Amino acid sequence: MLGVILALLVVPLAAGVVTFLVPARLAAGITIASGIACFALVLALVPEAAHGTLNYLSYLRVDAVSGVFLLATGFLYAAVAVYAAGYLKDRTDQYARRFYLGFNVFAWAMLAAPLMSSLALLWIAIEVTTVVSALLVAIETGQPGEQGDGAAEASWKYVLIASAGLGLALLATIFAYYAGAQVLGAHSNLAIAPLIAAGPRLPKTPVELSFLLAVLGFGTKVGLVPVHTWLPDAHSEAPTPVSALLSGALLATSFYAILRFYQVAAAALGTAIPRDTLLAFGIASLLLASLYLFGQRDVKRMLAYSSVEHMGILAIGVSFGAPVALAGVFLHVLAHAAAKGNAFMGAGVFTVKYGTKQMAVMRDGLRLLPWTGPTFLLAVFALCAIPPFGIFRSEFEIVAGGLDGGSDAAAAVLVILVTLAFFGLATSVTGMLLTPGPVEARAGGHGAHPDGAQADGSRADGAHPGSGAGADGTAVAVATRAPAGRLLAPGEPSTWMVVPVLAGLAVLVLLGVHPPAELTRLITQAAAQLRGAP
Amino acid sequence: MKADPGVYADAADVIAALMLLLEFGMLRQALVRDQVRLYAAQSAMISVLAVIIAADRNLPDLYALAALSAALKVIAVPLVLRRLLGAPAVEETRGVAGSYTLNPASAVLACIVLGAFGYFCFGSLGIHSAEAPVLALSIAGAMVFVAFVLMIVRRDVASQAIGFFSLENAISLTSLVVAAELPLLLETAFLFDLLLAVVVFGMLIRAHHSRSESLSTTDLTRLRG
Repeated sequence: MLGVILALLVVPLAAGVVTFLVPARLAAGITIASGIACFALVLALVPEAAHGTLNYLSYLRVDAVSGVFLLATGFLYAAVAVYAAGYLKDRTDQYARRFYLGFNVFAWAMLAAPLMSSLALLWIAIEVTTVVSALLVAIETGQPGEQGDGAAEASWKYVLIASAGLGLALLATIFAYYAGAQVLGAHSNLAIAPLIAAGPRLPKTPVELSFLLAVLGFGTKVGLVPVHTWLPDAHSEAPTPVSALLSGALLATSFYAILRFYQVAAAALGTAIPRDTLLAFGIASLLLASLYLFGQRDVKRMLAYSSVEHMGILAIGVSFGAPVALAGVFLHVLAHAAAKGNAFMGAGVFTVKYGTKQMAVMRDGLRLLPWTGPTFLLAVFALCAIPPFGIFRSEFEIVAGGLDGGSDAAAAVLVILVTLAFFGLATSVTGMLLTPGPVEARAGGHGAHPDGAQADGSRADGAHPGSGAGADGTAVAVATRAPAGRLLAPGEPSTWMVVPVLAGLAVLVLLGVHPPAELTRLITQAAAQLRGAP
Repeated sequence: MKADPGVYADAADVIAALMLLLEFGMLRQALVRDQVRLYAAQSAMISVLAVIIAADRNLPDLYALAALSAALKVIAVPLVLRRLLGAPAVEETRGVAGSYTLNPASAVLACIVLGAFGYFCFGSLGIHSAEAPVLALSIAGAMVFVAFVLMIVRRDVASQAIGFFSLENAISLTSLVVAAELPLLLETAFLFDLLLAVVVFGMLIRAHHSRSESLSTTDLTRLRG
């Protein structure tokens, strides 16, 4: 398995370097190949990780917990790589090469984080994800108009807030070293397994401080309230493939870091303090996100708040502590990656089609986007925990675990807030998809009818150069002003942007209806490890 | 060379106190280039402390780390920042000079309160040993809070970046006090990671400047809700 792990560390990095040197079309192909190869490597690793911990070269370690997060990132990397080929088809060669370099290095850092055996290396990997993804958010800065302004603002907020958060996480790592050094000696390298094993002998105050700082610090990257403020901005202003990776994989990877500190803290302090801390952050995140989901105007910003909601659910799930709740948490990581990836990819198609991110402008989506319309609706249903999708199963397990573990009030609050979030998401999305009426194309909107009326108007944010024409001639019903001013015709901007969404839906149904036996074993083992099993 | 045990602890305490004073100085400076000078001095203090600890505890790795830290934080980072800022006269026109959100006196008062909070929080943790002087650790706690205020009270990207770098210095001080024997490989990795962050900060500052002809953040208010 060492070869598989080393390949996981080499392939995306090499792909990043090569894509910077070749034409955009070839770069897209190389990125797709790298994504699929990494997903295959992760699939090869999972059965081994489910059966026991793998340790190599002192600094590499894969167990069931890390296996779950590798699986989420591996799948999303492959799916979004395919999507990006369609998303970038009209971009300049230089933009595409810079994008693919950052995209592959970003995926590499996220795949590397769960492979690290030491808290210090884990921190470094997550810091690398920050610097690379901040540049990817900023990649639109050079574009003219509001899109560029938004990207500049979002990337600055992101890098400043997330770096400050990671500064606190570094303090957490230093105090973890101090605690470990008291028992394991000064030359301890912050390896996770020895720290957990030495748990009962570790000094309590440094471990407690370390855990609290880790939740606050890595929690900034996870998007836990009140340190979530960068997240809606960065997710809404980044190029859509990056938004999908940020939301589906990066937040989970940062949550993985919190889980490692949780394991050390639980071993040293017992589970009461770590669980209470996560419960407080989880409830705050879920509450704020549920409320903010109402009245959002930007489709990607709405999905970003949905991510804050789901990270809150993960924190609450861990706080329940019961085996079934923890199994639900790990299933939720996988299902959320697939569902949120799908939702962002769908939202990206909408922004390309309509030339804007404003939901008020998006109408009649089911007719105008015959594939993306229904799949986007299903992705949102999946995020709302509607059966038969994986998130229904995972949230059911989390609530069942809460009731089973005696956290009845918290479980009730969870159900109420998740229902509130459902209404927030559902009202916005049904408006986009079901409100009838042909829509005028905005600047750069895809698929404008060649005979549509001209109208004056401002430049659309999220505009994406598109092409193609349809044959729909009915009257304009939506009061959108657009320079193009042409009627949108039914049709998808690109097949590349539909195929990965279909794969994501299949995964969501699989996770909800009948998870594979190996996956169930992996999740069960991960839940056991979080409860203290070796 | 093995110094008297008290010498190391006293030196650590004095250096920590000087670093905190320099941080207050950064808060008070209207011009960013003066803040950069103080940041370079604060970073030099870190390298001096690393050398003292290396000598006291016979940790040769720390000499290399002190040299690396000095090269990066005393020379490279200030140089990059000064280039970004341009000539002193230009600073005025770029929305940087005196871009306070809070007047300096109020900011200093806020820092004193928060710094005292950090000082007593870290001091009451009971984290101490022959290698971890309590006073230096408490001052590092105060520095963390003051660094956050530094990031918050100015409306320009350069000052905010300096606030972050100052936070990083506070963390370095904590690291030297409680984790000086952390393996060199990890320490070096931390430092190169900082370098990466500095590069990204620099790139974003340049991008912001080339876009708006200003380093001010007053126009970065579009994204709300």
